[in-house]
Amino acid sequence: MQELDLSVLFAVALEVLGAAFWILLLLALAAVGTFAYTLWRERTLSARRLVLSEGLGLIGSLLALWIVARFTLSGFTDAGGPIDWILVGAIWFAGLLGTTMLSYGVLGLLGRVKAR
Amino acid sequence: MSGKQNNPVLDRRAVMRLGLAGGAAAVAMPAMAGADTVPPIASKARIVIAGAGAAGLAAANRLVKRLAGASITLIDARKAHYYQPGFTLIAAGLRPASYSVSTTREWLPDGVELIEEAVTEFDPAGNRVVTASGKSVDYDYLIVATGMVLDYAAIEGMDVARIGTNGLGSVYAGPEAAEATWRAMSAFAEKGGVGLFSRPATEMKCAGAPLKYTFLTDDSLRRRGMRDRAKLIYSAHNKALFSVPIVSEKVRMLFRDRGVEMRYDSVLTGIDPDRRIARYQTPRGVVEEGYDFINVIPPMRAPQSVRNSPLPWQEGPFAADGWMEVDKATLRHKRFPNIFGVGDVAGVPKGKTAASVKWQVPVAVDHLVGDIAGKPSRAVYGGYTSCPLITRYGRAMLVEFDYDNNLMPSFPGVIAPLEELWATWVLKTVALKPTYLTMLRGIA
Repeated sequence: MQELDLSVLFAVALEVLGAAFWILLLLALAAVGTFAYTLWRERTLSARRLVLSEGLGLIGSLLALWIVARFTLSGFTDAGGPIDWILVGAIWFAGLLGTTMLSYGVLGLLGRVKAR
Repeated sequence: MSGKQNNPVLDRRAVMRLGLAGGAAAVAMPAMAGADTVPPIASKARIVIAGAGAAGLAAANRLVKRLAGASITLIDARKAHYYQPGFTLIAAGLRPASYSVSTTREWLPDGVELIEEAVTEFDPAGNRVVTASGKSVDYDYLIVATGMVLDYAAIEGMDVARIGTNGLGSVYAGPEAAEATWRAMSAFAEKGGVGLFSRPATEMKCAGAPLKYTFLTDDSLRRRGMRDRAKLIYSAHNKALFSVPIVSEKVRMLFRDRGVEMRYDSVLTGIDPDRRIARYQTPRGVVEEGYDFINVIPPMRAPQSVRNSPLPWQEGPFAADGWMEVDKATLRHKRFPNIFGVGDVAGVPKGKTAASVKWQVPVAVDHLVGDIAGKPSRAVYGGYTSCPLITRYGRAMLVEFDYDNNLMPSFPGVIAPLEELWATWVLKTVALKPTYLTMLRGIA
């Protein structure tokens, strides 16, 4: 590859994910949006809600790995070199962060686990 | 609002700032994603593209964007379009045959005519081609993208109808054949025995594929605990396993690690599918080898219509099999300046892969458009070829190189070229086909 054109990358990403691209985008926006809104509305972080969200986030992190493994026709012993571990870590962390933020935001919106 | 703490995590102003930043990014995105802003060149040129495979379709889609008013005609008899890089995944049992199959028509851009016949005659002096029905099609410019033919007849005793039976495999023959080969390989992995792998002495598309299938068979045996009940033999047609020395050495070490027996200067010339015996031409004469599974890869050559024409090299290593005599940097024909040859049919030192097509087509198109516009192009194709060399299920090596056997990694410092990585496997299983399809559309 000589130049990494952003528009080409976008076109390929769209082709790779198909409808999932927009679903993932929606989920990401929902995670950031609901999290930011809940934070802004309550002016503070609820420790109880955060811990619960982090617990759900952990489940989300493993789910993310499982989904990627299925989608890429991979097993769980395929990681070889350093970039593989970085990739696994990045997927795990993205799943953790996204699920934590979305959980916190949704729980906040639903009014559950009120701020202390 | 009484009772609220005085150290909020986010106050109104911070939120406003965040919102503005997000909004600015959203506006900037389309600007960055702005595609070609060069206006198309007005032209009444007649361009004919012989062959509507990967190279032909990519060329058509690019020309349509670069030219306004030109007459562009694709000529190809086959209605199906094959994503050939998918054959290995099908033969690995990971995808169904349908994974590689689409239609030529669905990739056709608006404004391009498709003649659904084969080109039977090239007449460069007369600036025309003739189709199977006798129709004569004139052109100002010709792009030859016919691809190549698999010469199964050159392997005495070979019968493509029997692929998938009695240990006979041949991934290259097509999507269904690849699927049948998987069944035969899988049956072999259950029982063990002797597995034979090789490559032809001619030029071939994807010189990595013969190696990939050896690795996949080895891994299939291992996963079923049958590896020590099998003997795998790889026969190289010359003294190396791959044309790029550093890669050849790496493969040699991997084969050594996997226990694959290596033979050199050994070319498959015949086969007895009933008795399961393969015959190889070696420096010591003809050698017979019994097998329980074999992956037959036939010799490859340019199509008859190209071989019968003045288009091929007249002398040199590419002459015998009829590869087109083009300049390796511009893909322009050396004797007929208004003709270009791209893809598998081009007689260039490297690059019969989809990745090569991806980089060849824009160069050839740029030179063609440069001729029309009167502004000669300076685009150069350096021989870039890419091969995600699968070394086991779940790992591959991203092998990329140019005409001079230099490694040309796309992701230097991130994806190491000679390392078996899951990341490269992910590229192969998930990103390759989308990139290929984007290439067909003239975007990538």
